[in-house]
Parts: sequence; C-alpha cells; structure tokens
Amino acid sequence: MSKILVIAEHLNGKLNSATSRCVTCANAIKADSIDVLVLADAPEAIAAEAAQIAGVSKVLTIANAANAHALAQVLAPQIAKVAAGYTHVLAPSTTFGKDLLPCVAALLGVAQVSDVMAVEDSHTFKRPIYAGNAIITVKAPADQTVVATVRTASWPTTGNGGSASVEPVAGDAALPTHTRFVELQQGKSDRPDLQSARKVVSGGRALGSSDAFSIIYSLADRMGAAVGASRAAVDAGYVPNELQVGQTGKIISPDLYVAIGISGAIQHLTGIKDAGTIVAINKDGDAPIFEIADYGLVGDLFQIIPELEKSL
Amino acid sequence: MKILVAYKRVVDYNVRIQVRPDGSGVVTEGVKLSANPFDDIALEEALRLRDKGLATEVIVATIGPADCQAHLRNGLAMGANRAIHVVSDEAVQPLTAARVLLKLVEKEQPGIVILGKQAIDDDASQTGQMLATLWGRPQATFASKVEINGETARVTREVDAGLEVLDVDLPAVITTDLRLNEPRFIKLPDIMKAKSKPMETIAIADLGVPAAALLTTTHYAPPAKRSKGVMVKDVAELVAALKSKGLA
Ligand SMILES: Cc1cc2nc3c(=O)[nH]c(=O)nc-3n(C[C@H](O)[C@H](O)[C@H](O)COP(=O)(O)OP(=O)(O)OC[C@H]3O[C@@H](n4cnc5c(N)ncnc54)[C@H](O)[C@@H]3O)c2cc1C
Ligand SMILES: Nc1ncnc2c1ncn2[C@@H]1O[C@H](COP(=O)(O)O)[C@@H](O)[C@H]1O
Repeated sequence: MSKILVIAEHLNGKLNSATSRCVTCANAIKADSIDVLVLADAPEAIAAEAAQIAGVSKVLTIANAANAHALAQVLAPQIAKVAAGYTHVLAPSTTFGKDLLPCVAALLGVAQVSDVMAVEDSHTFKRPIYAGNAIITVKAPADQTVVATVRTASWPTTGNGGSASVEPVAGDAALPTHTRFVELQQGKSDRPDLQSARKVVSGGRALGSSDAFSIIYSLADRMGAAVGASRAAVDAGYVPNELQVGQTGKIISPDLYVAIGISGAIQHLTGIKDAGTIVAINKDGDAPIFEIADYGLVGDLFQIIPELEKSL
Repeated sequence: MKILVAYKRVVDYNVRIQVRPDGSGVVTEGVKLSANPFDDIALEEALRLRDKGLATEVIVATIGPADCQAHLRNGLAMGANRAIHVVSDEAVQPLTAARVLLKLVEKEQPGIVILGKQAIDDDASQTGQMLATLWGRPQATFASKVEINGETARVTREVDAGLEVLDVDLPAVITTDLRLNEPRFIKLPDIMKAKSKPMETIAIADLGVPAAALLTTTHYAPPAKRSKGVMVKDVAELVAALKSKGLA
C-alpha cells in the first residue's frame, strides 16, 4: 500500500514541469495515493497548478516566508515531518531535488535512490551509474520510507485534468537561519526552456566565440527550439552555464536534438541518449557523435547552418 | 581554520566502463583508478584558500580499501598537509560515507568541509548534503565560486535556472562543480615530500558508525544502445528526412 509524497519544484510562482514527471513515476509505483507538497512563501497559485495534474489526490501547502527560496536545510526538516505519513518521498533529479532530497533522507536515516529511470516494484528501481554506462537494479529496504529522485528525462509529463483538494499544513517552527539567499542570476530568454523543449539545437567548442554562437540561436529561433551547449562551449564562455547538456549539466529528452560542432564525449552523450531523433553536424566524419546520431552530416558548420536555416 | 576535503578514489573518467556479461557488476580488474575529478577540484579550492591565508591546514580523507594509500599520497603531493584513511574493504554508500565524515568532523572541527558534487562511479550526489544535515550546518552545493568573508562564505552555485548566490555561516559544507577551478598538476619533488607527510589510518569499525539498512544492488546491465543511423550527403537530404518525420 504505497502512499507517495511528491515535492513540488517551482520558481517565480510557477510550477516546474519536472513535478508532473515525478507524478508519472509515482503512478508507475501503483500508489494508493499521490500527494504533492508545495513549500513556498505564497504557495496558492503553485498549488492550484499542481492540483490540476491528473492522478494527484491532494496538494499540501506550507506557507512560510522562510520558504521564499528553496534552501535545502530550511525545507528538509519541514518535509521530513510531513513524510511521516508516507511510504515514498519523491522529487525531481534537477539541481533543486539533488540539493534537497539527500537532506530529507539523512533526517529520516534512510538511503536515497538517485535518478530513478524505471520502476520494477514499489521498492525496486533502475538507475544509471558511471555516467549512464551501466544501469543497476536497486532494492530499498522494505520497512523504511523510500526517498528517491526521479530522472526527469525518463518520464513524460502527466496530463492535466485533475482537481485535487488543497490543504495547508503546519510548518516546522524552528528553522535554521545559517543560510541566506543573496540572488539568482538568470539569463533572460524568451526561448523554450531547455529541460522541457521538444526541439533542442546545441553548439560545441567548434563555434569558437560567443559572437559566432549567434548562428546557433538564430537556427534555434527558426526551428522554435531551445538552445543547448557542450561543456567545452560553456567553459570557454560562449554561453551561460544553464545551457550545458550532459552528465554534469542537463539530462534532456527532446523529440529532436541537433548537435553542431560537438564531438560526442560520453559525458555529453549521457545527457541526450533519450532524445527521439539525434542529428549531428561535424566536419570530422569519425567524430563519436555519429555513432549515436540518427542523421549525420559531415561538413563545415559555418557553411551548413546558414543553408539549413534557409531551407527550413 | 582547518579544511577537510573528502577525496574519493574512482575508476578514471576516461575508462570505458564494461558491464560483466553475467550482470554481477562492472569490470574493475586492471582498470585505471584516479581521484574523483570533483574531489581534485575540492582539494584545489582548499589549497587556494590556504595559500590566501584563509586556512591553516588542509586534510584529505578517504574511505576505501587498504590500497587507497597511494591515492591519498597523491592528495598530499598536491599539497594537503595530512591525510586520514578510513579503511573499509567494502564500498560505502553515501549515508555511511556521511556518517563516517561526521565522525572525522567531530574529531577535527574543520571550518569548511569540501566534497565533490558527485562521485563519478555511483553518480549519487548525496554525501555532502547528508553530512551537512547530520552535522546541522549549512550546505552550498554545486559551487562555482567561493569567497570567505570572516565568519561567512559567499558561494555561487550552478543551478538549472542559472547562478544562485548564497551566504552561509561557517562551519559549512561545500560541494564542487567543475567550473570552480582547474586543479594543479603534481610536481615530482612534491611526490617525494608527500612521503613524509602524516597519514592516519582508522578501521571503519572503530568509528562506531551505526549500521544501516541500505540499498542492495541486484543486477547490472549495459545501457540500451541507440542504433547507428544514416549519413546524409547534404542539407537538402537532411531537411527531407526531418520533414518525413514531422520534425521540420
Ligand atoms: C567529470 C566530467 C564531466 C563532464 N560533463 C560534461 C557535460 O555535462 N557535458 C559536456 O558536454 N561535456 C562534459 N564533460 C566534457 C567532455 O568530456 C568533453 O570535453 C566536451 O563534451 C567536449 O565538448 P565539444 O564536443 O564541444 O568539444 P570538442 O571535443 O573539442 O569537439 C569539437 C568538435 O567540433 C568539430 N568541429 C570543429 N570545427 C568545426 C566546423 N567548422 N564545423 C563542424 N564541426 C567542427 C570537431 O571535429 C570536434 O568534433 C565532462 C568531463 C568530465 C571530466
Ligand atoms: N568513500 C569515500 N571517500 C571519500 N569521499 C567520499 C566517499 N564517498 C563519497 N565521498 C565524497 O562525497 C562526494 C559525493 O559522492 P556521492 O554522494 O557518492 O556522489 C564525493 O565527490 C566525495 O567528495
């Protein structure tokens, strides 16, 4: 009899679609109930969004000024308290969930299952290790709360159509003040969000400069795609860090991924293996990216990209 | 102020991991082992803080089998003052690693503990967060910049939305992201010097860490393979292919 608690991820008053992906994973556990917990300073609008996710039984809210920003050491004790009535606590394997959930597990004194990609039964899961080069089946102890992060690229979003009730719950009174939010430096962009976009166009070191990277943005805009990058491109300062795709960046699963001037290091491939169709454009016909590309085109990107943009 | 660095030995990131045909594990015989890349960055950051006069001593600690000593000597050659080897023949899971590190924290009273954001073997990304929780101290994970201002640290974190800046009171736990710094290379004379630096050895059983029911791995499998696709000769052919799939 599984009772599952999903921790909602949100930013600027909006629910992140990673939450809905967690609900899909929760459904695979064959839960008796799936509740979503929203911790925020003003949770109402976020809770209303969560209540619409199909299959959600209840949305619980903890309103507290201390929850205005997702500080793991502030949120974790509140979650651990609510977790008492549940068999499972899930959060997305985004930087939010990775930062937070191990704290909840430590408070509950249990091990955490990171990056659940498949559910075998209520306590048995598949997860990647070694940058996705091996997939292990792990069993969590049957008599303990299962605390797990959900690999969002492995789970589609659940549709809307639900109408769960929203219930405020009392928060924890004594929260630490040793951690203070200063600011979030966020690149402003009207482009689709990298983690939920259906199409992604990524550029690598081959672009050579941030000026030259503009041809990637231009092609992406033409295609209605989000922009991504290899670590080499981010390290070289062509684009900000939030565009990085791969083992240490974002793991994504768009319908179409276009890798331009990216060699295809295993750490990059880890981030794109779940894409529907992969296109690679590279001047080196032996580049490893071609091993996993559905369509490969060998040539100079500075000639190919403008031509491609025109033909679309 | 002392800085404690959690310094794990893992399969080198360049090794192509092979799963055993019987699903019992991955092949580790004869495979090159190195410091976890994030932990080299952790050590480098600690050394830079010491070089700036913000720390007096850097201690590297590992939990691993008897032959981890050479790995710790590398950390000493990079510049750590001393090493602690918690000997465990079995690989430890993050909750146990955090409980062991807490014992070392209680003994050494460091002002900062720096860990990698994840170990590239188990890819768990848990130990630092668990340690901060058990210790009741702040955490700043996935750090790409660290500034110490007296009793607090200002840490810039790489998060999905961009860069988040936090102020944390010390003592605190920091976990490193790749862009925090570039670790120095070890020089030959430093390898010689490292031989005489102190290394303490503690059996894990002697630390009194509570035994926990942890995760059991029942099977290892290679990842699903994507089949190699086709090479197209020009842009027109590529566009036609994408159109036929409804992607353009
Ligand atoms: C622990 C760890 C974690 C990592 N995590 C990540 C991660 O999350 N994401 C990631 O991407 N990397 C990651 N890396 C780095 C990874 O190993 C590679 O170094 C990186 O992906 C290389 O980026 P790149 O393909 O852009 O550059 P390169 O490997 O330099 O490839 C550039 C490619 O561009 C091609 N090219 C050059 N000029 C042209 C042209 N005019 N037209 C067409 N093609 C051209 C070249 O043939 C080459 O194939 C990680 C590394 C480590 C150690
Ligand atoms: N056995 C260990 N020995 C030393 N440090 C460890 C060990 N296990 C984990 N760590 C530290 O914890 C970090 C995160 O590991 P993990 O939670 O396993 O991804 C690593 O980068 C190390 O800094």
